[in-house]
Amino acid sequence: MKGAEALMRSLEKEGVDFVFGLPGGANLPIYDALVDAKIRHILVRHEQSAAHMADGYARIKRKAGVCFATSGPGATNLITGIATAYADSSPMVAVTGQVPLEMIGKDAFQETDIIGIANPCTKYTFQPRKATEIPETVKKGFYIAESGRPGPVLIDIPKDVQQDSQDIEFPDLIKVRGYNPTIECDLSTIGKAAELLLAAQRPIIMSGGGVILSGAFSELEVLAELLLTPVVTTFKGKGSFPENHPLAMGPIGMHGHAEANKIILEADCILAIGARFSDRSVGRFDEFGKGMSIIHMDIDPAEIGKNKSVDVAIVGDVKSSMKTMIKLLNKKMVKRSAENPWLRRRTELIDYYTESIKDYPRDLTARKVLKKLRQVLPSKAIVTTEVGQCQMWTSLHFDVISPGTFFSSTGLGTMGFGFPAAIGAKAAKQNVPVVDIAGDGSFNMSENSLAVSVLENLPVIVILLNNYMLGMVAQWQRTFYNRRYEGVHLHNCPDYAKIADAYGAQGIKVQSLLELDNAIRSALKSNVATVIDIPIDPEEDVYPFVAPGTGLKDMIVGS
Amino acid sequence: MSQIDSTPERKSSDNVYILSALVEDKPGVLFRVTNLFRARNFNIESITVGYSEFADLSRMTITTRSDDRTLDQLVKQLGKLIDVVEVRVLDRANTVYRELALIKMNAQDPTSRAEITNLASVFRGKILDIDKFTLTVEITGTPSKIDAFRNLVSDFGIVQLARTGVSALPRGAV
Repeated sequence: MKGAEALMRSLEKEGVDFVFGLPGGANLPIYDALVDAKIRHILVRHEQSAAHMADGYARIKRKAGVCFATSGPGATNLITGIATAYADSSPMVAVTGQVPLEMIGKDAFQETDIIGIANPCTKYTFQPRKATEIPETVKKGFYIAESGRPGPVLIDIPKDVQQDSQDIEFPDLIKVRGYNPTIECDLSTIGKAAELLLAAQRPIIMSGGGVILSGAFSELEVLAELLLTPVVTTFKGKGSFPENHPLAMGPIGMHGHAEANKIILEADCILAIGARFSDRSVGRFDEFGKGMSIIHMDIDPAEIGKNKSVDVAIVGDVKSSMKTMIKLLNKKMVKRSAENPWLRRRTELIDYYTESIKDYPRDLTARKVLKKLRQVLPSKAIVTTEVGQCQMWTSLHFDVISPGTFFSSTGLGTMGFGFPAAIGAKAAKQNVPVVDIAGDGSFNMSENSLAVSVLENLPVIVILLNNYMLGMVAQWQRTFYNRRYEGVHLHNCPDYAKIADAYGAQGIKVQSLLELDNAIRSALKSNVATVIDIPIDPEEDVYPFVAPGTGLKDMIVGS
Repeated sequence: MSQIDSTPERKSSDNVYILSALVEDKPGVLFRVTNLFRARNFNIESITVGYSEFADLSRMTITTRSDDRTLDQLVKQLGKLIDVVEVRVLDRANTVYRELALIKMNAQDPTSRAEITNLASVFRGKILDIDKFTLTVEITGTPSKIDAFRNLVSDFGIVQLARTGVSALPRGAV
């Protein structure tokens, strides 16, 4: 059996049904083996999109997405997508072709040191040197990518190793001795945490992406209802808790919900679950959490104390840790009353900010568009975003009802992520609508994936909030650089509805909320991708805003 | 200049720590470790790698200057590296540690040669090489001992100098 065939058998054994990729000189043997494999290949138009598709697939399927690229530029094109997955702890196995072993180090055509390049943005990298090593490498790769805190793994296979024919065995068991993720937490830490939570007058849960990665949705709901705590999320944790739940407060952070940013400052005990206290979520590290006790649940021990010192650290899978805590609380619990001042404060803040934050006085604003989208979309629909204003408006104005149906490039903030990632998500769950809430700047970066969506019959809906502007940059130039605009105007180019038509997708321009309503309904019925081009005012800002380098208390609610 | 066993001079909260790690003996491991230090802005004073008591593991000794919190991060991040099988911070009071230095000095006139030879013997150094112009000494000891010797002989003119960095093991039974 050739090395490339061994790769296919190994991927099949891992249950891989989709790979996203693009062939080239150094991975031809892999593509030759793919012809006979029971795996569907999705041909992309740029390798970066292959990585984003694999990422989107992974976030919905909650198992590693797989992408292929050739050596050199093919491999380097994957890097942005790999770094995106790394920043958001998304499991991925990227397989790159490499020049033959004897050519490595000779600056061969399309040779690049992808192992060196990928090292800082992967959990691990492999370069099998014999065909016989491939099965074990793949098995280790999936194990590392999917277990513990998930992340991308790169397997770089020299062309001669792909072609080499050997007797190849497939191991059932593998062991990686330097890698032992902690799953079960230390019981004593749960006890200490429970004491703090029960003693607190104003406890709050801050739920992060780890809850989604762990699929701990019902545990979070049970825990929140037991403790009767308001629940805020980080942006990555958006959708870990139903945003229409009576305890929900929405995301905190730079463009968090005002009431969420406010209430977390008033809490006396924070239970952070699968969150990493990022600067975008908590503002200044030194200011955040002052005078409060902090409990931190996370699977990654290195997250404990990285940005924020905490009182109790609970290291383990958050689903398992929450289960243990629920058991303990059930034994100990003195039932709290829902009629307590802390929960009244929650309602009070929500009412106050709903009243005081005004929308722009126009028919089509980001807020109205997203509220309309929520009305029309079924709650099980999967929603992702591009990066910038469109993303932050989604954070603010689009409620995720069904847990685990939302994701975005939250850590790396990769423009051009949403559209290919939506296609990947559609591949993972073909029976639900998938929507990418986009800005024109981001969509422009990966619009060529329209070809993939149409030809591979993976229709998604693009809600294009179009201000022909790199809107978030423009907002910062407006706010911090005295309106000295540079490099942000996209000058009404291109016509996105025509772009969609050109690819055989459906392009719809709308001018009113009514037209938008009709367009979304038409898109939900369409067999091809739909791009709904929605003109919005280029001066529309995202508020609230916590300026970089300041704390949540410095939140600006409006201009 | 190394300060592993002398009073730190820079930021008052910084100390020099000795870490000992067992790592997979395969290509690229040193790169992964040093890349981590660079990417996370950790300091390396010295790093040594060589065979260990295990056939397929190398022992890496790293000395680093950091505050307690950074040290905690550093140990955890090192531990996360898949090729790092074990990492521990050595308690300096219960650790034996040594460094080796080769120092080539100007020694053209007989007085200099005699004096360097005398100093070297006080420091239990060895003369490894001598020619018309230079004299090369091997000194083994703690980094501060090597610093002291270096300071003593600096007036002769140091032509070349090579230090290995610290190797260390905890005292007594493991």
